Amino acid sequence: MENIIELKNIVKTYDMGGAEQVLALQGVSVNIGKNEYVAIMGPSGSGKSTLMNIIGCLDTPTSGQYLFNGINVSEMNDNELAKIRNKEIGFVFQTFNLLARSDSLHNVELPLIYAGVPSAERRRRATETLQHVQLGDRIHHKPNELSGGQRQRVAVARALVTKPSIILADEPTGNLDSKTGEEIMMLFQELHDQGNTIILVTHEPDIAEHAHRTIRLRDGHIESDEPVTKRRTYTAAKAS
Amino acid sequence: MAYFLTELREGLVISIRAIRANKMRSVLTTLGIIIGIVSVTLMATAIEGVNRAFEKSAEAFGTDVLYIQKFPWVSNDDWSTIRNRRMLEVSYAARIERQSMFAAAVAPVVATGRRVTYGDNSMEGGFISGTTSQYLATAGVSLGDGRFFTAEESNGGRPVCVVGATVVENLFPRGDPIGKTIRVSGFPYTIIGTLEKQGGIFGQFTADTRVFVPLNSFQNQFGGRRDVTIQVKVADLKQLDDAKLELEGIMRTIRGLTPGKANDFNINQQEILTQTFAPISLVIASIGLFITGLSLFVGGIGIMNIMFVSVTERTREIGIRKAIGAKRRTILMQFLSEAAVLCLLGGLIGLAIAFPLSLIVDQFLPTAMPLSVVFISIGISLVVGLISGFLPAYRAAKMDPVEALRYE
Ligand SMILES: Nc1ncnc2c1ncn2[C@@H]1O[C@H](COP(=O)(O)OP(=O)(O)O)[C@@H](O)[C@H]1O
Ligand SMILES: [Mg+2]
Repeated sequence: MENIIELKNIVKTYDMGGAEQVLALQGVSVNIGKNEYVAIMGPSGSGKSTLMNIIGCLDTPTSGQYLFNGINVSEMNDNELAKIRNKEIGFVFQTFNLLARSDSLHNVELPLIYAGVPSAERRRRATETLQHVQLGDRIHHKPNELSGGQRQRVAVARALVTKPSIILADEPTGNLDSKTGEEIMMLFQELHDQGNTIILVTHEPDIAEHAHRTIRLRDGHIESDEPVTKRRTYTAAKAS
Repeated sequence: MAYFLTELREGLVISIRAIRANKMRSVLTTLGIIIGIVSVTLMATAIEGVNRAFEKSAEAFGTDVLYIQKFPWVSNDDWSTIRNRRMLEVSYAARIERQSMFAAAVAPVVATGRRVTYGDNSMEGGFISGTTSQYLATAGVSLGDGRFFTAEESNGGRPVCVVGATVVENLFPRGDPIGKTIRVSGFPYTIIGTLEKQGGIFGQFTADTRVFVPLNSFQNQFGGRRDVTIQVKVADLKQLDDAKLELEGIMRTIRGLTPGKANDFNINQQEILTQTFAPISLVIASIGLFITGLSLFVGGIGIMNIMFVSVTERTREIGIRKAIGAKRRTILMQFLSEAAVLCLLGGLIGLAIAFPLSLIVDQFLPTAMPLSVVFISIGISLVVGLISGFLPAYRAAKMDPVEALRYE
C-alpha cells in the first residue's frame, strides 16, 4: 500500500529555559497509508497533539525525518508548509476554531481564498461542501448561532473543501455530548468510505473503535500499534 | 498577480469588518491622525497664503521695474557708510529718460505722510506721492476708475489726484469718489482716477493708502528738498541686467563719480525681495510643517499601539488562518491593510474637517487649500498607516501557528 505519511524517528523537545526540557516525542516512527483510518490514543500529555501538529505541518520536529507523499517536509520553510497545509491537509480541532465574526460560508471559503480560487467557484464549492455535511440551510449563520455539533460540521466542511490528501482531527468530539459526537463520527465514517485518509486523536475508546487501526502513545513513545478487532461501523452503531 | 489582488481584497474586507466591529475604538484611534491631518493641511494652507500674499506684494514692484534710490532695500553693509549719501534729485529722471536705451518709462517719485480728509471723513497713515504722468507705466498697479493725470496736468502742477483703494474706502464709504475734492493737509485736490486694490504685506509701500498728485504741485505745497526715487520700467525683461548696468553708468556720470569711487546710490529691484524672502519662507514652512507633523507622528504611534492590541486580541484568529494555509505575507498584508484603512479613514475625516477651516483662513490670507495638499495628505495618511502598521503586522505574520492556536 502507498504511504501518505512516513515518520522516521521523530523527536520533539521544548526548551523550558535553562537546562530544563520537555521531551514531547522521543523518537516516533510510523507509516500511514492511503485511505487508512487511524486513531491515536494515549493519556493526556503523552504527545498526541504534538504528533498531530507535526503530521499536519503546523509544527516541525526537532529531529527525525517526515515524508509526506514522498516529499521531505522536515526541510521545508514556512511558506512551503503553509501551502501543504492549505492544499493537502484538512484540520479539525477540538475547539472548532472557526472565525467568530464570519458566517459558515465564509469560514468554509477561507482555505479556498488562500488557495487563490476565484470567488464564484469558491462560493459554489463551499456551498456544496456545506450541503454535504447537512448544513445547506445554515450557510449564513455565524458560529454563535449554531450548536456545537453544527459548528464542528462547519469545521469538517472547511477541512474537506480543498479536497486534501488527509484529514486530521484532534479530539473532534471532545467538546460535544456523546450523541452529537456520534454524529460527527458517522460523518468521518462516510468520508472514509468515500476514500479519504483520516487520522483521529481521542482518549475515548468508544470513539477509537470507529477506526481501523489504533496507535497508542505513552510519554512520547509508541506503546502499541495494532488493527482494531472489534470495529464499530456506521451501520453497526445504528443496529446496536 | 491575481493572487496578490485576491489577497489584497480579502485583507481589505477583513480590515473593514474588524474596524466596523470596533467602531468606537477605531474612531478614537484615528483621532490622532485626524488631528494630525487637520493641523498639517491647515499649516500648509496658511504657508501657501503667506507665500501668495508675499508674491502679490512683490508683484506690486514689478519684475521689470528698477528703483534708483539713495538706499538699498536689503543690505549687509554698515549703515554708517551709506547714511551720509547725497539725496537723489528729480532732475535725474529727465536725463535718464534722454540717455537710456533700455528704459520704456521713467518716473521720479517723492512721498510724505499726510492727513487726508473729505468732509468729516479722514484717513490717518496715508501717504502723498508726487510723480509724473509716466508713473502708471512704471508701477505694478493698474487704474481702476477714471484716468491718471496727463503730462500737461503733471507739468502744470494741476490740483488733481489719483487715489488708492484704501483711501477710497476710508473717505468714500458710499463710493463714487471721481470728481470729488479731497484735502491733503488742507490743500484741495480733485480726484480724477482711482487705483485697483493692491493688497499685500508691505504696508507703507502699497499704493492702496496713497494719493498721487503731480510732482510740481507736490513740491509747491509740501516742499522741494526731498529724497527722490526714480522708477525705471525696462522695455524688455530679458535686458534687465543690461539696463541695470546702463543705468549705473548714467547715474555715476550724473553723480560725478570718478572711477574707483563706490556708488552712492542703489538700483533696487523686486528680485531682491523675493531672494530675501525665499529662505525665510522656507524656514517658516519647515518649522511649521515639522511641528504639525509631530502631531501626525503621535497619531501614527496611536495607530501602532492599537494595532499591537488588535494583533494580540486576534492571536487565535491568526493561528486559525495560518493552520488552514495563510502565508506570512497574507497575514502581514491583512494587518497592514487594516492600519492603512484606519489611517486613510482618519485622513479623509481630517480633510473633511480641515476644508471648512481653510475657508476661514481664507478670510485672512489670500489662499485656498491647494489641491496638492489634499492628495499629499491622503498619501501621507496611507504612508503613516503602512509604517505604523508594519511592526504589529510583522509580529502577527511571524507568529507560530501552534502557539497562536493555544493562545487563550
Ligand atoms: N508549546 C509547548 N511548550 C512546552 N511544552 C509543551 C508545549 N506543547 C506541548 N508541551 C508538552 O509536551 C507534552 C505533550 O503535549 P501534547 O502533545 O499536547 O499532549 P496530548 O495532546 O497527548 O495531551 C506535554 O507534556 C506538554 O506539556
Ligand atoms: Mg492534546
